Amino acid sequence: MPSLNYVAPTTVSDAVKILADASGPTRVLSGGTDLLVQLRAGRISPELIVDTKKIPGIMGITGSAAEGFTIGAATTGAELGDHQALKAAYPGVVEAANLIGSKQVQGRASLAGNLCNASPAADSVPAVIAAGGTVTIAGPSGTRTAPAESIVTGPGRTSLAKGEFIVSFHLPAIKGKTSDAYLRFIPRTEMDIAVVGCGVSITVDAGGTITAAKISLGAVAPTQVPVDASCIIGTKLDDAALAKLDAAAQAMCNPIDDKRGTIEFRTKVAGVLARRTAKIAYDRAGAR
Amino acid sequence: MTFIGNKSDLRVVGTRPVRPDGVDKVTGRAVYGADATMPGQIIGKVLRSPHPHARIISIDTSKAEKLPGVKGVITSADIPNIPSEEAFVGEGPMNFRDLSLNCMARDKVLYEGHVVAAVAAINDAVADAALKLIDVKYEVLPHVIDVEEAMAPGAPILHDTLFTAGVTPKPTTPSNVAKQVRFTIGDVEAGFKQADVIVEQTYTTAPVHQAYIEPHACVAAIAADGQVLITASSQGHFMIRAYTAKLLGIDIANIRVTNAEIGGGFGGKTVVYLEPLAVALSKKSGRPVKMTMTREDVFRGTGPTSGGTIWVKVGATKDGKITAAQTVIKLQAGAFPGSPINPALMCAFAMYDLANVDTLGYDVVSNRPKVAAYRAPGAPISSFAAESAIDDLARKLGMDPIELRLKNAAKQGSKTVYGVTHGVIGYEEVLNAAKAHPHWTAPLGKNQGRGLATGFWFNIGGESTGGVFINEDGTASVVTGSPDIGGSRASMAMMAAEVLGIPYEKVRAVIPDTASIGFTHVTGGSRVTYATGMAVTQAAQAVVEDLKKRAAMIWDISPEAVEWKDGEAVPAGANAGGFDPLPLAAIALKAAKTGGPIGSEISVNAQGAGPGFGAHICDVEVDPETGHTTILRYTAVQDVGRAIHPAYVEGQIQGGAVQGIGWALNEEYIYNKKGHMDNAGFLDYRIPVASDLPMIEAVLVEVPNTRHPFGVRGVGEVPIVPPMAAVRNAIRGALDLELFHLPMSPPRVRAAVDAAKAPKAAE
Amino acid sequence: MSKIHVETTINGEPMEFLANPGESLLDALRNTLNLTGTKEGCGSGDCGACTVIIDGRMTCSCLVLAVEAGGHEITTIEGIAQGDTLHPIQQKFLENAALQCGFCTPGFIVATKALLDKNPNPTETEIRFWLAGNLCRCTGYDKIVRAVQDAAAEMRGG
Repeated sequence: MPSLNYVAPTTVSDAVKILADASGPTRVLSGGTDLLVQLRAGRISPELIVDTKKIPGIMGITGSAAEGFTIGAATTGAELGDHQALKAAYPGVVEAANLIGSKQVQGRASLAGNLCNASPAADSVPAVIAAGGTVTIAGPSGTRTAPAESIVTGPGRTSLAKGEFIVSFHLPAIKGKTSDAYLRFIPRTEMDIAVVGCGVSITVDAGGTITAAKISLGAVAPTQVPVDASCIIGTKLDDAALAKLDAAAQAMCNPIDDKRGTIEFRTKVAGVLARRTAKIAYDRAGAR
Repeated sequence: MTFIGNKSDLRVVGTRPVRPDGVDKVTGRAVYGADATMPGQIIGKVLRSPHPHARIISIDTSKAEKLPGVKGVITSADIPNIPSEEAFVGEGPMNFRDLSLNCMARDKVLYEGHVVAAVAAINDAVADAALKLIDVKYEVLPHVIDVEEAMAPGAPILHDTLFTAGVTPKPTTPSNVAKQVRFTIGDVEAGFKQADVIVEQTYTTAPVHQAYIEPHACVAAIAADGQVLITASSQGHFMIRAYTAKLLGIDIANIRVTNAEIGGGFGGKTVVYLEPLAVALSKKSGRPVKMTMTREDVFRGTGPTSGGTIWVKVGATKDGKITAAQTVIKLQAGAFPGSPINPALMCAFAMYDLANVDTLGYDVVSNRPKVAAYRAPGAPISSFAAESAIDDLARKLGMDPIELRLKNAAKQGSKTVYGVTHGVIGYEEVLNAAKAHPHWTAPLGKNQGRGLATGFWFNIGGESTGGVFINEDGTASVVTGSPDIGGSRASMAMMAAEVLGIPYEKVRAVIPDTASIGFTHVTGGSRVTYATGMAVTQAAQAVVEDLKKRAAMIWDISPEAVEWKDGEAVPAGANAGGFDPLPLAAIALKAAKTGGPIGSEISVNAQGAGPGFGAHICDVEVDPETGHTTILRYTAVQDVGRAIHPAYVEGQIQGGAVQGIGWALNEEYIYNKKGHMDNAGFLDYRIPVASDLPMIEAVLVEVPNTRHPFGVRGVGEVPIVPPMAAVRNAIRGALDLELFHLPMSPPRVRAAVDAAKAPKAAE
Repeated sequence: MSKIHVETTINGEPMEFLANPGESLLDALRNTLNLTGTKEGCGSGDCGACTVIIDGRMTCSCLVLAVEAGGHEITTIEGIAQGDTLHPIQQKFLENAALQCGFCTPGFIVATKALLDKNPNPTETEIRFWLAGNLCRCTGYDKIVRAVQDAAAEMRGG
């Protein structure tokens, strides 16, 4: 029987060294809410688990709306939900993180885990992408920063190189009347994986006209996909703009038929959610 | 049978005390199946087939047996090859050979997840490694999942020995149709000729799992002298004993089964899966063997209930008199015969007083897990179709759905399609209570709709044993053979306390092992409060008679001159003598001097379980863009005979209704093209969660069952019958959608919305 | 790799045990420490029967490695009552008949404790969404929600 080792390094450099030196299959552990399920189901058989939670700074939130926020990679969804300043500045990111699994799961699950599990349906990922989030990655050749949307390359696959792991997330300073929102569709009211997820960030001018927008869809393609937001820029999100947005969202869909939904259903609901999420983000931005 | 007291005279029955096993269950002390241990136990695990249909060419266990830490490996070669033997157990037929083959495949595997071998090892890791070393060679065969496809000519045949029963002449070629069955009354052709309005439609339902939260678990040991001890969580420890004995060829007297606390069953724990294997592994290894299923095992390897196809036709005159009703039902049995086709046919129209009914059914095998009983087996499936059709009939007639039902309601003397004439029943009372409920006339908003549906279940009685023993201090012990799945210890203690006239707190109820009380049939069929309650009541009455004799002895008067009142013996009148009342405790204290211990154990085969009827009102709001249905309000009215512990009666109704809501909206087995179940977990087999639901209002109507001393009717099964049609009729009311298939999941509802819009777009 | 020595605090008591690196906290609680009140319904974080509180946050013990428990404070169902005095949540579950089979009950009670510690006066909707990760197949949740409401009122001194 291949044996499994567990280590919990206490510095970033130790963690990088352990990951870089590992010869067999290795997994980085933050919240563990996906990792333990996969372990038990036999879908993965790592020889080494590297628990990052003993690294100082890997959990916790610093910063403000004015200067942007830095969120430790293993910070739990529950902590994000309890952070009033973050919640006020980035309600969409926080509501997305607080939709991952149950309240129990939110007591452990992290943004880094949700991103690196690389599921097309991950709730927090479209929200972080729409918010313009970036990640700081530690690796054998030092640290680097990358946009959140550059990490997932396909179901279960990321762009992280051997020895690399995510140390933190950064959400930019809030400029002007900007806000975000995240909605997902699930068959029940809780506990399901997103059939479609949609993150939207919108900036409006004093008159309520949209000056910038970023939209990301989840669960409708092998990775999160951007939606061309030009159809709503310069509008006040009137019915005509919403109809164009609906069509633009549907045009980006390349989903699969599976136990969670059909191609036709996912595509239609992507349009519905794009409209509804944009409306919430628009109203929030206007209220700034 | 004499009725005990008027409702106003009852002191204990009808109250809501804390259950005797409650504290253990809120503190984590209660021992469920997986919590039980035996000294020196090792771990047993099974190897399951990856194929839905295959011939087993060979099984090589030699590598697994050589792995250090492995204590035994078994295959079908270690299980007796028993002949076909039919028995009627629980709520349906059972063939012991099929049961044996379901526990361990012999020549063929018949579904993905079918057990082919099992190992016993010193720990989980070794057991898992050993399973990987078992080399099974299969010849993969074409498979069939869907019921209609399984019936079609040229379908892969599961059993070469299966010939359709119930058709003449007897077929000569094997078929996946195990049985054809028909119940008829009157002349439907003539009935439809009298009809002014006819509705006709085909509906489908998906197989759904009982989805108890506790996976199956047991620990078993066989000693060198052949004596077997088993601790398992099940709906009947006598069932475990009987089936294990039958499957392994062991004398029943050599098996003693202790029932662990059971974490839900709903019918699904009325059969064995693990216990015979654990005993066989124990025999091979010489050690006690513990076996626990994973959630995935539960979904892949244990019984759901059938899905099916139901064609229904109902006709009525303009004034709403139903002139004929007809149905044809095809049910999936899973890998072996035994779908609940008979009750499905019998229950479809049992709520109505109809002259002309024709029901035809087929029991069909396919490459799915063998179905097991699930709460009112069969009735929810046929009633979904029948009660949807009745609703559509009411719409066509322009009649209120309750008025239509009242006009055709079954009552005392109504003859059913299966030949039984209803006795005292409460269907009209239930309908009138629903009609009078404020919910029925409350206002509705946009995209909101209200649906009503009704349901019937026979309820059963059967064999039960109950004992009442008076302790030296005047307290009482109640023992029964019925595993307590939802508070029955409380209702047993309450009935005994009522008869004895002592406080509930002075009575304790326990469930001893199979060697310590008389035979008792499974906890199922809504029978425990009725049948086991009858045994307990009769035992308590026998104790009271004895107590009166003891008092007479102490007073030196005739026993006929003693009355039992409020827990005390009192002289029957002035002529009997001027004695002070003798409380039970005082008589108990002197028991040794008046004849010894006081107690009685009674075994009954209870007949006359009164059928139950329910009517459910459901409000929904449907999101036309996503197809998502929200349950806004839900009221479940039911004739419960008499509620012994009303809180647990309400709980049965609320729980049954919510299971039905899950069945209606989201629950289904999803198969891929390879014949593998794609959603074998609670993530994608979507049972309702707390945030999906409103409060469920249970309205108890009490039309006492004249055949039970307290008027009890079974209550556990009726409430799962109406919900699917109630939800469907509500969605129909909200958006005027044509929905005929379960589950009414968001993609289905959205597709129906789009279909409804299509003609308008063309205009 | 050999077993790892874990020092932790469970229900206020210091505890040490040995765990395999891949073993879940749930398995350690049930099999090594004999704390079988915490139940396994799914092993995948979907049912909540194994809910425990770690450093004030509730989580599924099936989703935590036993070795991760080192240095943390864990509360299980066995630590909710004070000696032979039931916690008000336990008492209200009994009085409201909020359990039928009782298998999911430990998880619900631990989750309710975590809720009421954080929010002493939750609305029905807040209760239902907080408890959405705890599956109950018997009750339809009605009496559970009422028990939580009653317990909250009692704990507030209402």
